[in-house]
Amino acid sequence: MAKITLKGLRHSYMANPAQPSDYALQQLDVEWEDGGAYALLGPSGCGKTTLLNIISGLLTPSHGHVLFDAEDVTGLAPDHRHIAQVFQFPVVYDTMTVYDNLAFPLRNRGVAEADVDRRVREIADMIDLTETLGNRASGLTADGKQKISLGRGLVRTDVNVIMFDEPLTVIDPHLKWQLRSKLKELHQRVRTTMIYVTHDQTEALTFADKVVVMKDGQVVQIGTPVDLFERPQHTFVGHFIGSPGMNVLPCQVKGGKAFFEGQEVDSWNAASCSDGDGLEIGVRPEFVSLADSGVPVEIAKVSDAGRFQIVDTRKGENSIKLLVPEGVEIPEKHAHLAFKSDHTQVYRDGWLVNEGAGQ
Amino acid sequence: MNKTENQKAWFFVLPVLLLVAFNALVPLMTVVNYSVQETFGDNTFFWAGVLWFEEVMNSERFHAALGRQLFFTFTILAIEIPLGVAIALTMPRKGIWVSVCLVLMALPLLIPWNVVGAMWNIFALPDIGLLGRTLNAIGFDYNYTRQPGDAWFTLILMDVWHWTSLVVLLSYAGLVSIPDAYYQAAKIDGAKPFAIFRYIQLPKMKRVLTIAILLRFMDSFNIYTEPSVLTGGGPGNSTTLLSIDLVKIALGQFDLGPAAAMSLIYFLIILLMSWVFYTLMMRNEAK
Repeated sequence: MAKITLKGLRHSYMANPAQPSDYALQQLDVEWEDGGAYALLGPSGCGKTTLLNIISGLLTPSHGHVLFDAEDVTGLAPDHRHIAQVFQFPVVYDTMTVYDNLAFPLRNRGVAEADVDRRVREIADMIDLTETLGNRASGLTADGKQKISLGRGLVRTDVNVIMFDEPLTVIDPHLKWQLRSKLKELHQRVRTTMIYVTHDQTEALTFADKVVVMKDGQVVQIGTPVDLFERPQHTFVGHFIGSPGMNVLPCQVKGGKAFFEGQEVDSWNAASCSDGDGLEIGVRPEFVSLADSGVPVEIAKVSDAGRFQIVDTRKGENSIKLLVPEGVEIPEKHAHLAFKSDHTQVYRDGWLVNEGAGQ
Repeated sequence: MNKTENQKAWFFVLPVLLLVAFNALVPLMTVVNYSVQETFGDNTFFWAGVLWFEEVMNSERFHAALGRQLFFTFTILAIEIPLGVAIALTMPRKGIWVSVCLVLMALPLLIPWNVVGAMWNIFALPDIGLLGRTLNAIGFDYNYTRQPGDAWFTLILMDVWHWTSLVVLLSYAGLVSIPDAYYQAAKIDGAKPFAIFRYIQLPKMKRVLTIAILLRFMDSFNIYTEPSVLTGGGPGNSTTLLSIDLVKIALGQFDLGPAAAMSLIYFLIILLMSWVFYTLMMRNEAK
């Protein structure tokens, strides 16, 4: 097991990258604690698989270094990095039995057959494959095959990190939940560093202690699920995480006070923000409520989501969504909205305005 | 719910039925017809029963031809299949060289069979052919028109040159269909190149290889044009394969009955061996 450090990492698939957009991965400096459960979350094409392949050694970055503890492994091949990976589509060795599949990584490393047997049985028990050990791996269902892929990583005692590349893509919905909790449970048991790549926020938030949100080859925020929800560092995080996503509204700041459509809005970080262009306020629908006074809006649509109602309102060109508990009367046309000030924040050019730090 | 009964659909099958009847059933039945009758010309036929079948089955000449045929088929399979797989493994997977390699590989397959025979006939001639002259120049006493060993060597070399490409193309198609993740997983699992071949590439190529072996088996068992142009079955009868022998009996001696009986036996052997082979391969799959 090891702490993973990415130092000044950049990667381009082109031979001669000239501008930032040529890079699949922009400048990246990240530290992953030993034994942590991390998720890499971002839309398709944001560079998360590139990053994963760089960590696993399938790809060599054009710039920067990958460190496992203090050792620089940037130039090392995957088999020398002691990593394991579970791929999007299950990879099993078709002609082998489940047992031989699990034993394969150990046998390749010349482990004594008695130890192989002990280890394979131990892991098979952990991932509920004991009963199918003698079966041909090709006959298993997709979730069974993914378990084998995972098992091939778990049998090895030298694994620094186990990586998952959208491992639940081909799993039936009702099994996804099971496999995800199994994974969480396994992590608590073996305490190996795990990195889980996904574009599904539910998977990321339920699996990881820390989530790394990526966009256009850039890390926009690293934080706990609560951080991402309550303090999105970028409007993108606000949009991408949460359902419905954060309301982002254009605003002006004058003398440390934020104004939306001429109406003053209380915000916890407006005081530290200087006047200027490209300012927006962000507030999650969870922190908007109906009020007697405040921002005047027109009600556009009400959808019932079971436990609460999603109310879609309009103010000029802007749409503001809010969540209202079941059973609360919603005015016909006009209403006033109040924003909870400690969860209403000002963003400049997309980034959270932070105590005079600029970004 | 009641099933709709509509027998009119059978009429749509009629044209195909007629087509198949005229190009397969009618000729086949003609052969069956000849195989159980005796004729002395004048288009008069006499019932002969299984006489011709007994004669062919007990004929030394047929046994010898069948032996040569089996030797030929298994030799070229033993060379072409491993060689084809080996070439496919070394071919590039990406880049402009892929098309170059594929076109080069496909070239021998595009040449008409009798041209292949004629090409090799001249190429291997000891006095003017490039191959024949070179072999003699470096000290081999090579003459495929006189020495049976040399004739066999040339025949097998020609078939390998002509048909290995087919195995290469099929194997290559099987290889490129393997997702990258398999190679990446193998790398992570610390698999050596041979283990990658044994546990990933070979199993994934199994279906196309089954097809390749079946096609090469059937084609080589039926082969006529190329050896007939190259050696004409000679010297003596040394390279007289089943099809060449059959033509000699049917058209050379005009023994229609024995020739028809031999055709049917010949056909049944191919059918039986293909079936046995295919069943074995597929049963292995299901296990």
